[in-house]
Amino acid sequence: MAAGSTANLKDRAEEDLRFIRDAMGRGAAFTCVPGRGGVAMGAVGAVAAVLASRSGSPRAWLALWVAAGALAFGIGVVAILRKARRFDHRPAGSAARRFALALLPPLVAGAALTAALARAGSYTFLPAVWLLFYGCGVVGAGVSSVPVVPAFGGALVLLGLAALLWPHAGNALLGVGFGAGHVASGLIVARKHGG
Amino acid sequence: MRLEGLIHERLRLGIVSALAGAPSLTFVELKAILGATDGNLSVHARRLEEAGYISCTKGFDGRVPRTEFRLTEDGRRALRRYLDHLEALIEATRKR
Repeated sequence: MAAGSTANLKDRAEEDLRFIRDAMGRGAAFTCVPGRGGVAMGAVGAVAAVLASRSGSPRAWLALWVAAGALAFGIGVVAILRKARRFDHRPAGSAARRFALALLPPLVAGAALTAALARAGSYTFLPAVWLLFYGCGVVGAGVSSVPVVPAFGGALVLLGLAALLWPHAGNALLGVGFGAGHVASGLIVARKHGG
Repeated sequence: MRLEGLIHERLRLGIVSALAGAPSLTFVELKAILGATDGNLSVHARRLEEAGYISCTKGFDGRVPRTEFRLTEDGRRALRRYLDHLEALIEATRKR
């Protein structure tokens, strides 16, 4: 076989392997979002909204939401890993990696801005910051996922804009977005996309 | 070296690969993943179904028709054979 055609065969085979890997990754993207995990995260968000509305000081309010966020994040990570294991997907596969890469930067940026605002004693716009940053992350991460994921992200962004306009309703809007929104989108994913 | 003929075709390879990465996918999801047209996807999915490589379940989601595909064990084996062929091919060309 001529060197040129051998190289062509190898290129074609490698291109086929890339195509297969990519198609598998995009197929997996439709299932790596955990529905039941989303419902659990929503339950944490709803409870946090109720407790936070009764907190005695802005610092206590912030501490409660930070703790709830950390707990929900942990639940989300565990749920993704469990779902990946159930369907025999690699948790570090391209779909999960794409999802994490799109979601993490807005979360880190939101956390940094939260720290800066809290240090300055400015708590008023924190709900808007959280809803906007998390919403943008979910929209970006959900681009290659089931339609309900980016739609949920878009709803969070709208709630974030509402929190900018009506900051006094911030805690309630957090309850709607992080609580009811997670529960509703989680139920849809759980029912239609493998739990 | 003979490659698995049925799934060598690009769209059929895409269908089998996408289904290998998910427990099941609907017609609409597959169409979005592969950027295929309705007609093209229908034709190639039917060929894979006839070969026993994928299974197809038709139902309704409310009032909207819903077609769901799954990769069968035969389909998974065929993809594995295809991958083995590709790896062997790359390995052979590397040794030349």
